[in-house]
Amino acid sequence: MSTTIDARGLSCPQPVLMFMDATKSSADKEFIVLVDSDASMENVSRAAESKNCTVTVTRQADEYRLDIVRPL
Amino acid sequence: MAAIINFIAFTESLINGYLKEIGFMVKNFFSTRKGIITVGAVIGILAPLLQKLGNPGNMGICVACFGRDIAGGLGLHRADVVQYLRPEIIGFVLGSLAAALIFKDYRARTGSAPFVRFILGVFAMIGALVFLGCPWRALLRLSGGDWNAILGLAGLICGIWIGTLFLKNGYNLGRTQKTHFSAGLLMPLVMAGFLILMLIYPQVAQEPKSGVLFYSVKGPGASHAPLFIAIGSGLIIGFIAQRSRFCTMGAFRDLILFKQVHLLSGVIALIAAALVMNLILGQFHMGFEKQPVAHNLHIWNFIGMALAGLAFALAGGCPGRQIFLSGEGDGDAAVFVFGMITGSAFAHNFGLASSPAGLGPHGMAAVAAGFAACLFIGFTMRKTI
Repeated sequence: MSTTIDARGLSCPQPVLMFMDATKSSADKEFIVLVDSDASMENVSRAAESKNCTVTVTRQADEYRLDIVRPL
Repeated sequence: MAAIINFIAFTESLINGYLKEIGFMVKNFFSTRKGIITVGAVIGILAPLLQKLGNPGNMGICVACFGRDIAGGLGLHRADVVQYLRPEIIGFVLGSLAAALIFKDYRARTGSAPFVRFILGVFAMIGALVFLGCPWRALLRLSGGDWNAILGLAGLICGIWIGTLFLKNGYNLGRTQKTHFSAGLLMPLVMAGFLILMLIYPQVAQEPKSGVLFYSVKGPGASHAPLFIAIGSGLIIGFIAQRSRFCTMGAFRDLILFKQVHLLSGVIALIAAALVMNLILGQFHMGFEKQPVAHNLHIWNFIGMALAGLAFALAGGCPGRQIFLSGEGDGDAAVFVFGMITGSAFAHNFGLASSPAGLGPHGMAAVAAGFAACLFIGFTMRKTI
């Protein structure tokens, strides 16, 4: 199972806060984060990588989808 | 009219086409640690140089002071020592727009509680003018040896810390909405309009007015670097700061919230570079006393900046960052910036701003009102998304 976080339209630090909260409240290994700015994409990626997660970024038109996998 | 619409559509297609390719080819160097350090260092080098070339003491660049000067240049307040349409700010917005367009990072958006952001801008400016500087100037004052800046920075961090408590408890101003491509161009167009006004009505030596614009003949407003150097520096800083998301408020907020030092490394680079430059240029003078455009009322340096820090944290960016956001299509950030400009007009019309002589007659009351407004916003605007 994966948790999807829709952070589109929200500016920093909200997307990072939502991702961090989700990693605490959910036992899922995979997270999908949707953002719509480069700054949010970079901030969430940086936060995830600092927690040793792997991040795959896909750009869809003006938005980004981040597939984040937690380490075992 | 049809020609204008066609032009906008053409510009948009151009960006969606060719420039998109460039944007993807170049990895965003400025979003890396080395990138943010580079941006902080460039600001730290350019600001003391601008001071050497004519800008006021320890005020090579100050977004609050320069916003206040713009309000004066437009005649929104009549404090005759702080009136000048600062070209650096115009350059910030236009440089940010250029970077956002080239790197496909331009997104016209608005609708996340604009009036709340306006009010936050008003009180952020009032707090900053009690201290006498935005966070950038606090860093520049520190690197010029003005120890009063330590109190200001401590207040700033305290205000941001209060802001993080609200953020942890669910404070947010809601989502933005996408809007017309052209809606995001309005702020850069307004700034371009200011530049055109400066070219039509250039400063006349010893004259307080040129056409519709006001120009200080003495005081900080009369101290300025040559127009084209100022706008050139602004364009460079606007361009690279947009790419790096340089933000002084974010630096301390991310440290407190996430223990992240990414943005903070840019702030430290700014201080280090500016310190070296000030030493080279003979602009470093240590002490609390007789510092340029500063007072040494320690408590009010702290409290003024604490109010500003809280307002910045609630609005999601320091004044510089808000300006760069307003250049990349963020209409809410543009509202914040105009809140700041309006706040500076209130500050000087109502006697709220400090001066080297001390606090303005109503500065304390304004700071109290500002904290009341920020706390009201922080406590009541919570939503689970």
